[in-house]
Amino acid sequence: MNLKRLFKPATMAVVGVSLTNESHPANVVYNKNRLRYPVSVFAVNGKGGTLRGETVYRRIQDIPAKIDLAVIATKAEIVLSVISDCIEAGAGGAVIVSGGFAETGSADLQNRLVTIAKKSDFPFIGPNCLGVFAPAHMDTFFIPGERLVIPNRGKVAMVSQSGGILVDHMVKCAAEGVGVSLAVSIGNKTLIKELDMLRYLKDDPETNVITFYLEGFDEEEGREFVLAASQCGKPVIVLKSGKTPGGTTAVKSHTASIAGDYEVFSSVVAQYGVVEAKDEFEIVAFAEALSCYQRSIQGKVAIITGSGGHGALATDACISHGLTVPSLTKSEQTELRGVVSPTIQDIASFANPIDLTGSATDEDFMAVTRSLSRNEDIECLIVLLLPYLPRITMDLGARLSLVCQQEGKPIVAYVPHVDKYKMLVEGFMLNNVPVADSVEDAVHMAEAMRRYRPC
Amino acid sequence: MLREKIQETFSEAKERGWVMEPQAKDLLRVAGTDIPRFCFAKDVGEAIQFANEINYPVVAKVVSPEVIHKSDVSGVVVGVRDDRQLGEVFTELGKIKGFQGIIVEEACRGIELIVGMKMDKQFGPIILLGMGGTAVEIYKDVALRMAPLREQDAESMIKSLRARPLLEGYRGADGINAAELKRMLLAFSSLVMEVGKEVESVDLNPVICNASRCVVADARIMLAKR
Repeated sequence: MNLKRLFKPATMAVVGVSLTNESHPANVVYNKNRLRYPVSVFAVNGKGGTLRGETVYRRIQDIPAKIDLAVIATKAEIVLSVISDCIEAGAGGAVIVSGGFAETGSADLQNRLVTIAKKSDFPFIGPNCLGVFAPAHMDTFFIPGERLVIPNRGKVAMVSQSGGILVDHMVKCAAEGVGVSLAVSIGNKTLIKELDMLRYLKDDPETNVITFYLEGFDEEEGREFVLAASQCGKPVIVLKSGKTPGGTTAVKSHTASIAGDYEVFSSVVAQYGVVEAKDEFEIVAFAEALSCYQRSIQGKVAIITGSGGHGALATDACISHGLTVPSLTKSEQTELRGVVSPTIQDIASFANPIDLTGSATDEDFMAVTRSLSRNEDIECLIVLLLPYLPRITMDLGARLSLVCQQEGKPIVAYVPHVDKYKMLVEGFMLNNVPVADSVEDAVHMAEAMRRYRPC
Repeated sequence: MLREKIQETFSEAKERGWVMEPQAKDLLRVAGTDIPRFCFAKDVGEAIQFANEINYPVVAKVVSPEVIHKSDVSGVVVGVRDDRQLGEVFTELGKIKGFQGIIVEEACRGIELIVGMKMDKQFGPIILLGMGGTAVEIYKDVALRMAPLREQDAESMIKSLRARPLLEGYRGADGINAAELKRMLLAFSSLVMEVGKEVESVDLNPVICNASRCVVADARIMLAKR
């Protein structure tokens, strides 16, 4: 199935627009796309008429343009006939926002939708979903624009079974400065499932990391998914709910008893190099790190900081996440001591974690970062920056990013994300260096590279 | 050859829903895993004759279509020393419900592992390796991978167990033959792929591993419900 017209439409029809109720979900979608997005949008309602002076078409076939995407927000009973209309009009695909299908027991209606769509090779998302958010292009979410937190345009594609979780992740991405290429809520995932999204996003040039929020796979679908993910060439991150078994059934074998659904899921995704996030914070941190660095590390990190406490906390977090913080040799320490300013030579600690103390300058951080970037035993640098240290400037983010680009060794940074330090944060972010809002998150970012195993 | 053996084994076990130990071991032998020398003895004379062939001590186990977990009914006796004791054991095990005979088997020493398979709804056949014995569900020191196993999967399963130092030889004790265990896992994986959806789960428990061999000392194959 070709999903291109569905996700990158030039024309959009919104079916089910109300002539009297401006807050109807279809009207929300119609209005926001008409006012704020470049896509050409047309309203459809069986009664016809006008809305704010624009024609409301009775059927999708009546629209004087070829429709790429139909957003359907009608009652469930008429969705089937609308889909038939879409197929007849040669539309490229649909997002079925409407609920009232398998989730309320109408599995039969849902199955008929699939049959008719498959017969005509017509792709649709949903039903019972928010649909598609394509930054600066279009969005089918029935959430008024002013209520939506919109992340920057970027390289992370997000697919979610739940619309609510998807919107929440977008809020977190916006807060962390993670850019999004496409966000899709697949709802009942009747026709387009995770696997179809994976195949589409694999070839999407605007995406370099793919995240999934999953509740579960259909029969054998998990197998196909991990095999496809391992061949996809882009990092795939998953967050799974339903980790605790709903009920215990009597099983006669030890293996069946131990290998519960979640234990199997977690082991198998790791076996095929898919990165499993344990919670909503990890998924965003992992996405940020892997969108900057699509590479795998064994886990040897160096920690550079201006505060011994931060270094110690970060070291603990590294160890608990399976990373190592190898001690530097005497000669490596001597070398580092030689590149910093005389003021801190005798008070700084160079063993790893490297504590440059509160007297360190931008130049000290840069010199140590550059030197460690050339150390072949170190695969990633975690730089914990405390912007309140008096001799650090707000330029350090951009300057360290330059070192990262020149030396080619991944750096992850920690800077508290408050307005006062925004320029420091952006100095990293705009130069493609991931920057965390907590020490723990910075460690998560390094961990993401350890868990990612491209085939 | 393997395919025919699978069909023969499963058609015998179909009604019961699971494959009894003698038949399961025959199948595992054909599949290329190492199993102990054993005999399914239906009378005491046959048992004693075989025990003398392989030399004492031997292991004796009940064979009954009514007993899935032999240790739950005291159906396993290890360290049987001589003809007299084997005779007594035969009589004792003969009292167990559904008794068909006993397995007389060479005694193997080593670390007890479990190798298993489960047909998972989302991922298909899954293979388990863990520390075995009856306490497997308490410690849950296991690794799970989707079948078929690649070489790297078999290796990483062995390495990921918490008991890895024991397997590698702890405090002067012998480690296990990791190459044999790996070979065993890969042979089992091939069998699992061959049987497909006819099987619901398999427990090879214990698989006894020492410095030279990895031997499947007990096997239970649960067929898929129809």
